[in-house]
Amino acid sequence: MSAEPQLQSPWQAATITRIEKRTPRVTSFWFQPSRPFTHLAGQHVDVRLTAPDGYQARRSYSIASAPEAGAGIELVIERLDDGEVSPFFHDVAEVGDEIELRGPLGGHFIWEASDGGPILLVGGGSGVVPLMAMVRHRTLQKSAAPIALVFSARVWDEVIFRDELIGLDDRRDGFDLVLTLTREQARRPSDYSRRVDARMMMQAMERLSKAPRLAFVCGSNAFVSAAAEALIEAGVPAGLIRTERYGV
Amino acid sequence: MVTRGFFSGRRPPSDTDARIPPGQYLEQGFPVLSAGPTPRVRTEDWSFTLKHGPRPIKKWNWAEFNALPQSKMTRDIHCVTAWTKFNTPWQGVLIDDILADAGIEPPSAFTLAHSFDGYSTNVPTKDLVTGKAMVALLYEGKPISPDHGGPARLLVPHLYFWKSAKWVNGLQFTERDEPGFWELRGYHIYGDPWREQRYSGDP
Repeated sequence: MSAEPQLQSPWQAATITRIEKRTPRVTSFWFQPSRPFTHLAGQHVDVRLTAPDGYQARRSYSIASAPEAGAGIELVIERLDDGEVSPFFHDVAEVGDEIELRGPLGGHFIWEASDGGPILLVGGGSGVVPLMAMVRHRTLQKSAAPIALVFSARVWDEVIFRDELIGLDDRRDGFDLVLTLTREQARRPSDYSRRVDARMMMQAMERLSKAPRLAFVCGSNAFVSAAAEALIEAGVPAGLIRTERYGV
Repeated sequence: MVTRGFFSGRRPPSDTDARIPPGQYLEQGFPVLSAGPTPRVRTEDWSFTLKHGPRPIKKWNWAEFNALPQSKMTRDIHCVTAWTKFNTPWQGVLIDDILADAGIEPPSAFTLAHSFDGYSTNVPTKDLVTGKAMVALLYEGKPISPDHGGPARLLVPHLYFWKSAKWVNGLQFTERDEPGFWELRGYHIYGDPWREQRYSGDP
């Protein structure tokens, strides 16, 4: 486990260089920090908005891009109707705007290709974002570490990164995508149409060559609780399960 | 730096402004955050151990610990993920009363709290005594739920809430200030919300 002392990462201005809608409620924003940094797959940044009267709102967002992707970082922001920061990004922010951020942050929910595999990733909704950074990192590093991603979404059209993930799955190079839809029928024969459970986790692990050395679970608190219990029931030791929760 | 087009915001009412540390927002719910799965600790398996370095000083089981003097604390709490929650009501055993029951004065200036899941966090001893902190057993008058750290969690409400270790099972006095789980992973060694000490390197 890496526990390198973190260098001070002060607030800095970052310019929005690209905006792309991913699903009806989720949009990707690419930021070019004025002082570029290299993150680890799974880390996040803090973003801070400042009103003219000095009022500030800050939130944490996971980085979706791989560390070696270069040219800034991709943050994926889901619109929360009662939110304060996400509606700003969806309704107001434009390419060329400067936003303050600090990072990279977080030293637990990270995976490096040199850590090896097999790795089991379990994401619910936008909880897939830090896991996507790990999957992309694996691809760009040409890592042979087996990774299975169990990704739960409500419906097919809310599967963030769907085409990219299916494309990676089709390469059959040791990355396996297991989609499960909770409010629609599965579209692919190997996918599921139910909430995550222990049987699904066992079947996902059968796609790995051997028992996972680590499992990463990210999503809402309810999702992470259910998924972590499913993993434990499927035989994964609790000490190998790392979680990241949105909190609510 | 003023953000173009950001006006509205969720400003707290002006009468509560002074209770919200810099960079925090007021949360009505009680979010759950943790580094791993929620351990299910049965009270019959529960114990709490006081140590000085490697040496155990005293150990209590659930019944013994619940028989210690109980105190109530209603406090505002501040999570490093930027939410602040007002008036959270807790009941439990003050660290002062744990030390008194063990018959000791604090033997060192630093303490590590340990938890059933292997988590740890460091707190200066002076931040635990003189009524500042407790091992909480009840929240809102009811047993603390497992996802909020039950059966028992440390409560150090004046520091960021990762210092209030969930599923706590002991305190260990140390000679040096030894970083705990998050403190080894980029978070601040002390964590005062009013000085916004979120990450290592913050003043």
